[in-house]
Amino acid sequence: MSRSLYFRLGFHNLDRAALFFLLPSLLYLVLFFLYPFFYGLVLSLTPESGKPIYHNFYLFLADDWQRSTIWKTIRLAIPITLLVVFISVPLAYTMRRGIKFERLITTFLILPVSLGTVLIAEGVLGFLGGNGWFNQFLIKIGLIKESFRFTYNYTGVVIGLFLKNFPYCFLMLLGYVSGINPEIEKSARILGARPMQIFWRIMLPLMAPGITIAFCLVFVMDFAVFPTAILLGQPAGETRTIAIAAYQMAFEHYDMPKASSIAMIMAMTQMIGLVTILALRRRLYRGTSLGITKG
Amino acid sequence: MKVATGRNLWLLAFYMFVFGFVIILLGIISHVVVSSFAKSWFATPLPHKFTTSWYIYSYKTFQLPHIMYVTLIVAAGVVFFGLLISLPAAYVFARKDFPGKNYLMILYLLPILVPQMTYGIPLATTFFKYKIGGSILSIILANLVPMIPFGIFILTPFFEQIDRSMESSARMLGASRLRIFQKILLPLCIPGILVAGLLILVETIANFELSFLVCGAESQTLVINLYYAIFAAGMRPVYAVDAMAVIYMVLVMSLLLIILRFVPATQMVFRLDKR
Repeated sequence: MSRSLYFRLGFHNLDRAALFFLLPSLLYLVLFFLYPFFYGLVLSLTPESGKPIYHNFYLFLADDWQRSTIWKTIRLAIPITLLVVFISVPLAYTMRRGIKFERLITTFLILPVSLGTVLIAEGVLGFLGGNGWFNQFLIKIGLIKESFRFTYNYTGVVIGLFLKNFPYCFLMLLGYVSGINPEIEKSARILGARPMQIFWRIMLPLMAPGITIAFCLVFVMDFAVFPTAILLGQPAGETRTIAIAAYQMAFEHYDMPKASSIAMIMAMTQMIGLVTILALRRRLYRGTSLGITKG
Repeated sequence: MKVATGRNLWLLAFYMFVFGFVIILLGIISHVVVSSFAKSWFATPLPHKFTTSWYIYSYKTFQLPHIMYVTLIVAAGVVFFGLLISLPAAYVFARKDFPGKNYLMILYLLPILVPQMTYGIPLATTFFKYKIGGSILSIILANLVPMIPFGIFILTPFFEQIDRSMESSARMLGASRLRIFQKILLPLCIPGILVAGLLILVETIANFELSFLVCGAESQTLVINLYYAIFAAGMRPVYAVDAMAVIYMVLVMSLLLIILRFVPATQMVFRLDKR
């Protein structure tokens, strides 16, 4: 590279000290993130001798029981993601300019995010279990005669995931929406826009980029559901998600090539999901989000 | 006036939903706590007799001292090396513009965005291939993968806040790069380091998937043990499992109490406005 081009591109900014600072983290990610990923990819493409290169993928997709994990995962991930995002958006919007007990509410909501899926699962098993407080309460007020099965099925996984991912999504969106310049809303109000108009015509389009990313993140978390699906669901039945299939292949059958191929299928399915979300967003709304943040 | 009523109704619905969510959350947490102190508890609002013996029981049968030791070593290792590696990188991200910076940012975001299950399985495979799978070291190494980018994204804004002229002045007075970093930047970003360290700490303690995939029989952290205890329900009394859950909860919540003094809750999750 000629020296002038080097300067024009701005590489002179990245002096030796800066490179030296960047190197450890870069090296780490290459070694422990990129390398294992490509190693897994290569492994998934090395079937038993004499079989075609895609054999491991074929085995997974040809087996009804294994293939059904994709559908089971989608059946969990999409409804929960929609539920979480559609509840979080109006709630975060309501809290955008602050509200009574805001600090208390956010403190409570960070709890399930920090405690993690395993503890939530144990809590749900007790509280919503057959003899738990919730069923006792429902029987007491006469809503049901016998205790309702909330756990060890599809409902259990939905509840477990919602309890963790709703606060996560809500806090994420709250951070985003309170960063939108309040002057924009004020101008709209001065020009005579009604609250509903402000929401639909002004704030929602401004929130769209944040909502899209939040939607993607929640979808990714829901799609990879693992401990919740095992502890609160039916891991040998209706909630045997693709992550469980990959785990069992790796640590119960010790077949790393096949396990890697399932992990790759999982990553690919997830990518397809993300691309679909982004494409849908582009169809729904096209616009700019420039200059919306405060200072 | 009509608009105002509409807003009040909406606010009422808002508070009712939040209230309901908090009630269920409190129910879940206190059910675990009450159950851990129950002598036996079956389909009654409260247990008839209380006892603390499940804590002694779980202390013995779950080898709690060893689990705590593993958990703390892992947490300390991840926090220390996480900060050590992410601190200089955060400085470069805050101060320098260079070609491909955005692509590099995307690479650093991947371990946070890609689910741990997806890259955890190849990672665990690699670890077992090089014979370090199952060790405490492998858990630290695995957890560092998402925690280094996490640390960078927390620390970068702190470096951005520090006035560039401080560095320029020190430079003009003849201080070397290393000395500036040591004597000026580091002291100024102590709050940032504290926040990042605490957040990495609580994330590491609560992180399940990666540790689960690479751990061995002797290197299980608290949350992994809790998982196995719940998974093998029926092997041990549920009260003992709940006692361990309470110990885990106390650990996480006390850390959370410290963290919330420094960071608002909205900044503890992934921040959408930072690109």
